[in-house]
Amino acid sequence: MALQDLCGFKDSFLNSRWNLPASHPVEYLSESPIQFVIAAADTRSSCNGLVACPASQKILPVHSHLVGTTSGTSADCALWKRILSRELRLYQLRHGRRLSTAGAAKLLAHMLHPFKGTELCVAATLCGWDGGEQENISKMGNETDDLAKTSESDSISQAEARGRNPCPSPAMSRQHCSAGGKQLVRSGPSLYYVCSDGTRLQGALFSVGSGSPYAYSVLDGGVRWGLTVEEAISLAREAVYRATHRDAYSGNCVDVYHITSHGWTRRDREELREEYYREKERERGKVKERREKQEGVEDGQSSGRKK
Amino acid sequence: MFVTQVYGDNGKMKEYHYTGPVEHRFSPYSFNGGTVLAVAGEDFAIVASDTRLSEGYSIHSRDSPKCYKLTDTTVIGCSGFHGDCLTLTKIIDARLKMYKHSNNKCMTSGAIAAMLSTILYGRRFFPYYVYNIIGGLDEEGKGAVYSFDPVGSYQRDTYKAGGSASAMLQPLLDNQIGFKNMEGVQHLPLSQEKAVQLVKDVFISAAERDVYTGDALRICIVTKDGIKEETVPLRKD
Repeated sequence: MALQDLCGFKDSFLNSRWNLPASHPVEYLSESPIQFVIAAADTRSSCNGLVACPASQKILPVHSHLVGTTSGTSADCALWKRILSRELRLYQLRHGRRLSTAGAAKLLAHMLHPFKGTELCVAATLCGWDGGEQENISKMGNETDDLAKTSESDSISQAEARGRNPCPSPAMSRQHCSAGGKQLVRSGPSLYYVCSDGTRLQGALFSVGSGSPYAYSVLDGGVRWGLTVEEAISLAREAVYRATHRDAYSGNCVDVYHITSHGWTRRDREELREEYYREKERERGKVKERREKQEGVEDGQSSGRKK
Repeated sequence: MFVTQVYGDNGKMKEYHYTGPVEHRFSPYSFNGGTVLAVAGEDFAIVASDTRLSEGYSIHSRDSPKCYKLTDTTVIGCSGFHGDCLTLTKIIDARLKMYKHSNNKCMTSGAIAAMLSTILYGRRFFPYYVYNIIGGLDEEGKGAVYSFDPVGSYQRDTYKAGGSASAMLQPLLDNQIGFKNMEGVQHLPLSQEKAVQLVKDVFISAAERDVYTGDALRICIVTKDGIKEETVPLRKD
């Protein structure tokens, strides 16, 4: 009720001043033997037509192996991420291990549930790495139920092995074997989308925010199982760039985070205005080439006719 | 002061010459105008505000500055609804005292900013209608500016304008202090004298074009030697 009152205000400059970073964080979960998660987001926070901040941070690290992208109201996203970090830290201290991404997503969804129906607006994706640090990713750890299988031969054989195996494999569920007292936790990259209306989805690819349709189109065209890290990063960056080009509420710079078993690393923030000019240069070069080639062909034709 | 708003069917405000049916509703908020600006330098911070308190077509006061001194190294500028500005500054003062008594030291600028964010978010569903900008020195002695929205989202900036003329001043600051949208320009660091002169010029421009800004300008300059205040007259019309 109250922010609407602020919105209804006569002075047009101050209408609806909740920062709506209508971004489109883009995440991609790899299914190749090289395991990683990429998160990319733009940096524009707008407020009813005014760019309130051209350099905001929409990807907030929650802990060393979990990063959350934020979309919706700035204040809500910042505060709820902070509360989530606190709860995850308490869990880690009490239980001696990090909570998985699925657990963190469930925790966030349950914390937001009492506010369903209010004007709270949070659309976050949690990108993280579960389990311990590994050099060679264990083959058991990289399968999830609903994902399409890759063309890698080892994963197909794994699916077959699972079918034959009467007991559910440890990769499918978290089992607590009371006999051995050993806990088997699914490890590997993990990606969840949590929304303040109660949605909680697991997936391999998400794009959120006002520019998400444009980002989806680029991603769906380019993503395939077996992408390398560099290819995935450039694809994510390209998706954000195209979305900032077409969507009015997205723009300025792009942040890219890369999450592996060793934690998250961050690429330097990149200004997309330069990218636009570079692309124009490339286009100009291509047009020049095409024109030269055409002139060459015409010259050849005319000289052929002369002969 | 109590204000009634005139609403139509879809909840939007009506134009000035509207003659159809109107719904009068009580609004707990009122807009009292004013502009606040803060700039952070290498070893100083400047918080400036105009001193006009207005409501609708009237001016309540020509001497109501919007900068409030919090500690020896921090000044806050609050614009928006004056009632909420006063209450918010009272609450911040009380919390500062509590912190001083329990921790035996003054709050740093960063800590005040984080605390203000939680105070504002505590009223997420009935917000303080205040646009805050905190200016001060951080622990290393460098200038720091923290800008807020009414529900507590904040971040650290180098410069920020808030209030009624913010949309006019922010692009000018982007160009002059951030050197944005200029090619082949030398990026010189901002000196204190140049910053003060820039702030004065910028407010004179704002007073020309914004009706809610004017009367006088109060500048608070925060350095390691303390807080210096300066008052400059502006247009009174």
